[in-house]
Amino acid sequence: MESGRQTPTRRQLLHAIGLMGGTAAMYQMMTTFGHAAESRFPGTPSLSGARKGASVIVLGAGLAGMLAAYELEKAGYSVRIIEYQDRPGGRNWSLRGGDKFTEMGGATQTVNFAKGNFFNPGPWRIPHHHHTLLHYCKKFGVKLEPFIQFNHNAYVHNVDAFGGTPQRFRAVAADFEGNVAELLSKAIDQKSLDTRLSPEDVDRFKEALRTWGMLDQDMRYTKSLRTSSHRGFELPPGGGVNGAPKPSDLLPLDQVIKSGVAQNMAFFMNDEMQTTMFQPVGGMDMIGKGFAKQVDRLITYNAKVTRLMQDKSGVSVTYTDIVKGGTVTTKADFCVCTIPLTVLSQIETNLSDKKTAAIQAVPYSNSVKIGLEMRRRFWEEDQDIYGGHSFTSQEIGLVSYPNNNFFEDGPAVLLGAFSSGAGGYRLGGMTPEQRIEVALAQGEVFHPKTYRKEFMNGVSVAWNRIPWVMGCCARWNEDTRRDHYQELVALEDRIVLAGEHASYVGCWMEGSLLSSIDAITRLHKRAMEA
Amino acid sequence: MITRLTLAALMATLALPALADEPGPGGSRPPIPKDGADIYKTYCQVCHMADAKGAVGAGMFPALAQNQRIGTAQYAIYLIAKGKGGMPYFSDSLTPAQIADVTNYIRTHFGNAYKDTVTAADVAPFATPPTQARR
Repeated sequence: MESGRQTPTRRQLLHAIGLMGGTAAMYQMMTTFGHAAESRFPGTPSLSGARKGASVIVLGAGLAGMLAAYELEKAGYSVRIIEYQDRPGGRNWSLRGGDKFTEMGGATQTVNFAKGNFFNPGPWRIPHHHHTLLHYCKKFGVKLEPFIQFNHNAYVHNVDAFGGTPQRFRAVAADFEGNVAELLSKAIDQKSLDTRLSPEDVDRFKEALRTWGMLDQDMRYTKSLRTSSHRGFELPPGGGVNGAPKPSDLLPLDQVIKSGVAQNMAFFMNDEMQTTMFQPVGGMDMIGKGFAKQVDRLITYNAKVTRLMQDKSGVSVTYTDIVKGGTVTTKADFCVCTIPLTVLSQIETNLSDKKTAAIQAVPYSNSVKIGLEMRRRFWEEDQDIYGGHSFTSQEIGLVSYPNNNFFEDGPAVLLGAFSSGAGGYRLGGMTPEQRIEVALAQGEVFHPKTYRKEFMNGVSVAWNRIPWVMGCCARWNEDTRRDHYQELVALEDRIVLAGEHASYVGCWMEGSLLSSIDAITRLHKRAMEA
Repeated sequence: MITRLTLAALMATLALPALADEPGPGGSRPPIPKDGADIYKTYCQVCHMADAKGAVGAGMFPALAQNQRIGTAQYAIYLIAKGKGGMPYFSDSLTPAQIADVTNYIRTHFGNAYKDTVTAADVAPFATPPTQARR
C-alpha cells in the first residue's frame, strides 16, 4: 500500500502463483535481472606490443602458468616455463590404466583400470558460471559433458541416524521439508512467529508452505500419495489391473534431523555446487592437455626450482634437473611464479619480508580421493543411480558415481572417497592398501552385497603426499586475508605470483585462471612502463 | 544446557559452507583418537610419516625424529597450534589437551627423549583458532 500499488487479493495471488509455475519462473526472473553471472571473467586479456626482446619466465606448468605463457607469448614476450613434473597440467590431472606415481614416503601405485576408464584425483567438476575456464575449454577444443551433481536417488548416510541405514536423499529431504512446513504453519497459527507480514501475506505464506512441503488440506505432513510423489512410493504407479500406487511410510523426524540432510540440501544451494555442472569428456586432464597443445614447446620438465632472485637487471631462477641431475641458472626480465605456497615457502628468494611472510602464512588443505574400479555398474543396474553422490558421515565422505558411459557393460570407476579434515589426514597417513580397505569397508554401507564382490582394483591420491604440491589447496581465513592477501598478490618489482592461492575462488581452476589474467595484466603494464 | 550449547557450537563448525571444491557436508569423521600415539597417527603421519623421518619432494616435510628444535616444548606447541608455511594450524581441530598429548608423545618417541611434559594449560594461550572466512 505504501508504494501505492494495489495489494492483490488472495484469489489473484493464487492465480498468479499457478501461472508462475514456481521456481522455474523465479529463475527466469533472476536471470533477467542479471543475478546469475557469478564469475568475474573480464574477457580474454588483450595484451600486445611487448618491448622487443622482453622475456618472462613462468614457474609451474599448471593452468595458471600455461595461461600466462600463452597470453604473454601472444603479447610478444619471449616466454619459457619451468615445471617440476614430467607432465603439464599441475593439479589438473587424470589417472588411467598403466599410469604410475610415487607419493612422498615412497609408496608407488600403478593404476590397473581398463582401457578408457579414468579417475580425476584433483578437480572433477566445473560450475556453469566459471566463465574463464569454459571460455578456454571452448577455445582449445576441450569437449565437455554434464557432471551429475545432484541426484535425488543417491543416498544419505549418517552413523548416528536410522540405525546406520542409508536412506534415499529424496525421502529424507522431502520429510525434512514437509516437517518444517507443518511446524512453521502451526507456529503461525499459534501466533508464535513475529512474521512482520500482513494477514494476507500470512495466507500466501501458508499456501506456499503447503505447496512446498506437500501438506494436506489441514496443513499436516502425512503418509499419502501426495507426499510420496516427493519422497518416493511404497509401490510406484503402474499400468493395468494393479496399476494403483501405494504410499510410503514417513521417516521419524528426530532421525531425519540427525541424518544431517539439511547440510546436504544447503550444500547443493551453494553457488559453486549448483547444477548444471560439467566435466571434460575422457578425463579432467583434457583441459591441461588443451593448454599444453599451445605452450608445450616452451616447457622445461623435471626441473626443481631451488632459488628465485631478482635485481635491477632482471630475474634469475636456479633449478635442478631431477632426472639427469645438474643445476642450471637462467635469467629473464620478469617472472610469473605459480609454485604452490607449500613449496614456494621453502625456496630461497630475495623477496621482501612482507611478501615472504604472506607466502608463509597460508596452509593447505588435505584432501584424499580414492578411485575404485568395479566389474559392473551395479549402482545403475541394481539401484537406479546414474551419477551424483551418496554422502556419509564416515571418513570417506562420499561415494560418487561416474557421469559417463551410462548403461554400458564392463568395468567402471567410481569415486570411493573424497575426504578432508580429520578423516582426510587419517586416510592420507595410511598405506595405499589400507586406504583401499577403508574405502571398501565404509563404501559398502551403500552397496552391501555388491561392493566388495565387484571390486577389481583401486588407486588413492593423498594430496599432502603428492611431491609437487604437498597439499591440496590454499586455505585462507579472515585473519590471513586481512593481513596477507594484498601483499601476496602484489607485483614486487619483476615478480608476480599467480594460482588458485592468489584468488578468492580458491581450490577451483577458475581461481587460478582469474588470478593469472590479473597477474599478467599488471605485469605487462609494469613492463611497458619500465 | 551444557550439552545443548556444545551441540550448538559443534553445529556452527559443521555448518561452515564449503566454497572450495571440497567433499561436501557432514563427512570425513574418523574415530576420535584416544592418546598421543593415536593423535600422531590420525593427524601427523600423513606428512611427517609413520617413522617421523619426514619426506622430500619439491619441498620437504621436516623429520620430527631426533629433532633438536622440539627440545623447546613451546616451539612444538606453537607450530602445532598455529602452523607455519604448509603446516596447517590445528587450533581449530584439536583441543588443548590433545595438542599437549601429541606434543608429549612426539617429544618422547622417534629418538626424542625430552624429560619435561606439557599440559593443556601450557597450550591454552595458543589455542584460539583463526576466524573462518566465507571465502
